[in-house]
Amino acid sequence: MRNSFADVIFELGQTDPRICALVADISPAGSMVKFREQFPERFINTGVAEQSMIGIAAGLALRGMRPFCYTIATFSLYRPFEMIRVDLCYQNLPVTVIGMGAGVIYSTLGSTHHTMEDIAVASALPNMTVLAPCDPEEMRLATRWCATRSTGPVYMRLGKAGEPNLTANALDSFEIGNLRHLKKGSDVAIISYGITVSMAIEIATELEANGKSVSILCCHTIKPLDVVGIENVLATHTQVVVLEEHVPHGGLGARVKGIAWDMGAKCKLKCFSLKDEFIHKYGTHSDLLAAHGLDVKSVLQSLGST
Amino acid sequence: MATTKNADHQSAEKAQKRCLQYRRRILDISQQVTAVHGAAAFSSTEMVDCIYHHLLRPANGGKSPDTFIMSKGHGCLIQYVILEELGILTRQDLDLYCTAEGRLGCHPDFGNPGVEASTGSLGHGMAMATGMAYTEQKILKNDGIVYAVISDGELQEGSTWEAMMMAANLGVTNLVVMLDHNGFQSFGRTAETHPAFYPIREKVEAFGWEVAEVNGHDFSAIYSAVTKRKGKTPFMMIGNTIKGRGVSFMENIPMWHYRSPSPSEYQLAIAELKEVTQ
Repeated sequence: MRNSFADVIFELGQTDPRICALVADISPAGSMVKFREQFPERFINTGVAEQSMIGIAAGLALRGMRPFCYTIATFSLYRPFEMIRVDLCYQNLPVTVIGMGAGVIYSTLGSTHHTMEDIAVASALPNMTVLAPCDPEEMRLATRWCATRSTGPVYMRLGKAGEPNLTANALDSFEIGNLRHLKKGSDVAIISYGITVSMAIEIATELEANGKSVSILCCHTIKPLDVVGIENVLATHTQVVVLEEHVPHGGLGARVKGIAWDMGAKCKLKCFSLKDEFIHKYGTHSDLLAAHGLDVKSVLQSLGST
Repeated sequence: MATTKNADHQSAEKAQKRCLQYRRRILDISQQVTAVHGAAAFSSTEMVDCIYHHLLRPANGGKSPDTFIMSKGHGCLIQYVILEELGILTRQDLDLYCTAEGRLGCHPDFGNPGVEASTGSLGHGMAMATGMAYTEQKILKNDGIVYAVISDGELQEGSTWEAMMMAANLGVTNLVVMLDHNGFQSFGRTAETHPAFYPIREKVEAFGWEVAEVNGHDFSAIYSAVTKRKGKTPFMMIGNTIKGRGVSFMENIPMWHYRSPSPSEYQLAIAELKEVTQ
């Protein structure tokens, strides 16, 4: 995912002199190296200093640039939070903050490097758009939108490298602010975003093996949320499942529950998330998700499908 | 460095007259609201006046090529009264300061005429000014100079030092920061509450900046320090100032950080106001 981000930045940077990249001591790889070499004046490494990364990006944007700030999610959003709130959101500047490796992807590094609350934190900010693409192709389209169409600040959470392409056969095109069907069914709908979309696909396969007709929806735009799209999903399925690598508070699950209440939805609704806990466990990404109860087996058990 | 106007004796006298009027206007406005941050505006008065009247190049049919950020946003009344004098803000804007009908609050709000950045939360201006200066000089290759006035309180924010380090790394030479060193913050005298804050000059120089230290109420000294800088690095002028300067009973008394004078205190203040010569 991060490679397709860098590819787009490099490609668009050729023709749009406003595109700048700021990093905080994250060594650029792939196309980011090419960007730095070709446009050295538009590449800034602030060192381990995320507050100044955001503040300087705001200064660039105040002079007409379209900066992208890039580092590990916990350091890109939490450490400079007040700069994001005041410099970017209050002034409504077109700066995209990329949170790399969100969730518990850094599974051996401990909770200092886990980003489990970013959707809640970023979504709480006025003027902020919150994006969470699920595969390199969505990442490419989302980055392109940020570079060319956004009019204010964006927080974009992404995984690492090596995610498979999941959206090649999507039924809907990628439009910011719209839910996207990867598959349409009539019994169960699974809504997810980011890298847990691949888990949604696995769960759907199991449910289908048990005779269910399943929809899979990709919610790459968390804010502004496609409320009408979610209402439609809630109205047209007997069971809706929300799956997210995020704490329960302030995530997509909480939003979907609110929408269901407001519309008086009749379907069953189950939300699966990380626990509201710092877990002191190390291992693979899958090990950590399982420790949080966010794995295919646990979800299927809870849905009564094993 | 290029100068825009000469700062001769006559200029200094004119500046003193202007600054007296600004202080009067701020005291007048103080009677409309309960919290005014007047003392913080009085310590910056001569520096902000010098920036607007002698350092920022005039707008040539549009916007000035130079930029000013009032990073110590709580002192913005001095910026507002100067913007009023320049016709960028209206008299009505100032009359409606901090009211539901108006658009100006206690801190600068980006989007209001003449306000280049939203400040008020301390420790934000240095990085934004650095980003603006970098864009002007290194990306757009313009000759725009970015001026900022920061408070000594802001210089305690780690974010300010992060940005200062980066400004030096980035090699921007078009960044001119004036430090309003009035030595007081909400809690009292900085030398007592925060002794390791000193020395300032050596710290800033160690971060790769050129530094000059002057009386921040002396127009000629301010002008001369800025225009005679070497300009090979970012530049900080430490302006040693007196919080509440101009009204004897407000000077160096922490209470006046926020408070507006009562009607009788206002009368006393107006009566004793005179030109500050240094």
